Amino acid sequence: MGNSTHKLEIFRGLLKFKSNDQKIWAVLLFLSIVTTIEVALGISKPEILMNTFLSAKIINWIFIILTLVKAYYIAWDFMHLRDEKSALQASIVITLLFLIAYLVFILLVEGNYIYDVIYEGFVSWNF
Amino acid sequence: MSSAISTTMEEEHLWGGGNRPFKASYGKLMMWFFIVSDALTFSGFLVAYGFSRFKNIDSWPIADEVFTHFPFLHGVDAPMYYVAFMTFILIFSSVTMVLAVDAGHHMQKGKVTFYLLLTIIGGAVFVGSQAWEWSNFIRGEYGAVETTGGQIFQFVNEKTDKRVALKDFAISGPSDRLQHEINDGVWYYDEATLPSYTIQEVISGFNSNPNLIIKTEKIDKKGHKIKLSREESLQKITQAKNVVEGANLVRNEYGNRLFADFFFFITGFHGFHVFSGVIINIIIFFNVLIGTYERRGHYEMIEKVGLYWHFVDLVWVFVFTFFYLV
Repeated sequence: MGNSTHKLEIFRGLLKFKSNDQKIWAVLLFLSIVTTIEVALGISKPEILMNTFLSAKIINWIFIILTLVKAYYIAWDFMHLRDEKSALQASIVITLLFLIAYLVFILLVEGNYIYDVIYEGFVSWNF
Repeated sequence: MSSAISTTMEEEHLWGGGNRPFKASYGKLMMWFFIVSDALTFSGFLVAYGFSRFKNIDSWPIADEVFTHFPFLHGVDAPMYYVAFMTFILIFSSVTMVLAVDAGHHMQKGKVTFYLLLTIIGGAVFVGSQAWEWSNFIRGEYGAVETTGGQIFQFVNEKTDKRVALKDFAISGPSDRLQHEINDGVWYYDEATLPSYTIQEVISGFNSNPNLIIKTEKIDKKGHKIKLSREESLQKITQAKNVVEGANLVRNEYGNRLFADFFFFITGFHGFHVFSGVIINIIIFFNVLIGTYERRGHYEMIEKVGLYWHFVDLVWVFVFTFFYLV
């Protein structure tokens, strides 16, 4: 492992770096920018993004997508997944994506259903 | 015949060990195993949070209105800034960890030591920040009252539209109620700390202060908490049963009871991970100092601990999104 080769390009080869150090600082800059955007949106909450799209607010979709983007760069560049064999990448990412997506789907649908039952039911929860 | 022999030999070679189909060492693979399972644990918690939130979608507390503190800025409404600061700290300590791993690849002991030290400091600052966040959350700022059904009523000044603390309007009267302590009466039996005001004091203060209205838990279409008119408020206040100050595992002044439970559980579990990460970092820091990895000939241990450390950062990215932003 002493002098392992790093893949030194991000954004699908758009940016190429001379050393691993440089790449890390660039990724830090990118993650900081994304976090700043998130915080700015979270504080200002622009009225136009508060509309609903696919049963969630547009702003929340933006947050979730930006989070997944950050997660990708942390895993790929900080955790060196970019340098691992694709079989290892796949066995980690596909396992997690499949199980978590399933869990999210089933629990959120259930939570929504219970909300409907409480909201439309005959029992008053508001006392 | 010869082909059969060669197959046997290959199989022998296969079972003899030393094969690395993933081209990664045993230790690193085991760390990945741990990370995948721990990621599932955290996603279980976060999805449970999502479940409870969807179940109470029209009455969940709004994070912007809960986490409004920033050190040395008392009374200033600063939502999100402090958590953003914590996020930057953690991302930065992740970067110093990567740099330590990188220096380890080049066998530069001095650099590894320096970057590991920075990582430890970053982790400690993060844990400290979380403790500060917790103490603010537990202490609370304004106080609220609770109905029998567990709904929280907060108080707002109708003119200024600002939150009003209980101590600004409650009328303290003489009270015979004493805190029951463990050494009084029945053995090993005490009660939770009494709130600063009794419910009667809060209600009479509310009634004699015509500017006050109630802010309910319910959220309107635009995502704001619904405020009642003065007349509705006067009627609703009669349903109040408990005074709630700050947060504990039973009730909290911010809204739904589950909110505080999930806050303590998820950020607590994450904070525990950061804490163990700091401890592990300190251990390998001293190992670097005494030259353990120098003698071993490689700094792979830094890489393995680094994986864990980045994972903790990764989890925080999700906690940050789902607890504070969404």
